[in-house]
Amino acid sequence: MANFLAFAESRGGKLRKVAFEAVTAARQAADASGQSEVHALVIGPPGISAQAGALGKHGADVVVAVEHPKLERYNPEVFVATMAERLKGSSYRGGFFAASAQGRDLAPRVAARLGVSLASDVTGFELQGDAAVVRHPAYTGKVNVTLRLAGSPALISLRPGFVTPAEQPRAGRVEMLQPAMDPAAARVTVTELAQRSTTKLDLGEAPVIVSGGRGLRAAENFKLVEDLAAALGNAAVGATRAVTDDGWRPPTDQIGQTGRLVSPDLYIAVGISGAIQHLAGMRTAKTIVAINKDKDAPIFKVADYGIVGDLFEIVPRLTEEIRRIRGSQ
Amino acid sequence: MVASLRSHRRSRYFAAMKIAVCIKRVPDMELRFSIASDRKTLDSSGLKYEMGDFDGYALEVGLQLTEKQGPGEVVIYSLGPDGVQETLRKGLAMGAARAVQLKAEEVPFDGLAIAQALATALRDGGYDLILFGRMATDTAHGSVGPMTAELLGLPCVTAISHLEIANQRGTARRDLEGASETVEFPLPAVLTIDEGIARPRLASLKGIMAAKKKPLEVKPAQLGKVSLTVEAMELPPERPPGRIIGEGAEAVPELLRLLQSEAKVL
Repeated sequence: MANFLAFAESRGGKLRKVAFEAVTAARQAADASGQSEVHALVIGPPGISAQAGALGKHGADVVVAVEHPKLERYNPEVFVATMAERLKGSSYRGGFFAASAQGRDLAPRVAARLGVSLASDVTGFELQGDAAVVRHPAYTGKVNVTLRLAGSPALISLRPGFVTPAEQPRAGRVEMLQPAMDPAAARVTVTELAQRSTTKLDLGEAPVIVSGGRGLRAAENFKLVEDLAAALGNAAVGATRAVTDDGWRPPTDQIGQTGRLVSPDLYIAVGISGAIQHLAGMRTAKTIVAINKDKDAPIFKVADYGIVGDLFEIVPRLTEEIRRIRGSQ
Repeated sequence: MVASLRSHRRSRYFAAMKIAVCIKRVPDMELRFSIASDRKTLDSSGLKYEMGDFDGYALEVGLQLTEKQGPGEVVIYSLGPDGVQETLRKGLAMGAARAVQLKAEEVPFDGLAIAQALATALRDGGYDLILFGRMATDTAHGSVGPMTAELLGLPCVTAISHLEIANQRGTARRDLEGASETVEFPLPAVLTIDEGIARPRLASLKGIMAAKKKPLEVKPAQLGKVSLTVEAMELPPERPPGRIIGEGAEAVPELLRLLQSEAKVL
């Protein structure tokens, strides 16, 4: 019976949430195909194999651990070689990655190394005989595409947040593996990893996003947005391109066609008119709230709940009320 | 510092940088799309096309590198039907020296099939850098760049937001979720470019006139086997029409009630 391999992404010796998403997806695929096993591949510094328990809990029968003192940070060439060699040598039916920054770097190269195609940034999948049928939002989220991926192994990268990590305990038996090439021989090296903030939620992972636009009038007024996000507790802060172009917020905060494409449960747009390029980045949010002084702003066409008026009055009131609710919960 | 100064001098006098930029013609995303009757393609009537957003950044990076580091040449490549020539002319107008169309009647969704055609075309080009946008805005896969690097056996850094080149080596920064990485690599290399690195220039009238006389070569694309195919395309369900629930701060309690009891997101 052919097995499934999940790449378990880690940073700083710790597994990321997307690692459990990949393992959960591999478990779903394995269960759908009968008696298949799930193997999770984790690469990192000595001691990374201690993460096996958590991977086993999410459905990994085997945890393939690659430990090396020089693999504290991402090493694209070693990771590509090791993942490709494992997939090839053990004839897996499929391989799962996260379509995260690291997974988007790694997965296409593993696919090309093996000479197979890759289904990228997938929001749903199903195995059909020798093929895999996947769903993928394209054209800035304006078209949903169903794709058929032929060939084996079927390599799939999963849009973060679309698979809910589920606990389905398996043995998580550790199997140590040597890196497929000497890390010292890699041409490309990550010389520094700078964590922006350890407490802040990432835009791709936060269930709530509070986002600000030009209506805030000045960089310092983003404090209103930050305070609301802090009161909510589970929120990240985003921005429009106009705002990141002006340097009020870093470019990485931009939500839109050329920035992040996000699908949170709740999106609160503060002082955002709703240019089409911005809507492209957040139109798939479950619930959209808009606060804007112009009742004709395009954002109100997509907002489930809109409030027209002065954001400098509305947002502090909303923050205060949320604090009150959160305090009583 | 010393090494860096020396390298600048060297690059100015000896090393003419040769850069390839791969650009894709994509539909203008601002238009309303409809699905053709085969349910597998976009209805092409009324579609307008443009250069992919990120490809514009890649081209700008290439142009700036050849301007800053002394003599050099930027060659642009695009795979697709004759319509891509218009996109290539735009790149020539921005300042690329020459263009190559890899002619294919259809552009497959399969990144590997495209990467194989590009790798074949680029392999003996003698390029110091091969640049791509972080992803095409239409297929939104971001796989062709890193796949091409792999097929060519070249070092690769994806989705970079900052770049320095000196002495045949590069240092790039790439943004991750909540963090960033500094990456060092030797040339030749393949890079994919994220937004924020450099704003694409507008073509000047002089550039547009000059572009008409610049060489545009047409070669057949040697696409690889296509294993990723479109089964269906659908428009996502329309969002329900927006609703304004009130004005001013007095509407806040009603908003909270709706978020708690109707949307159930609080």
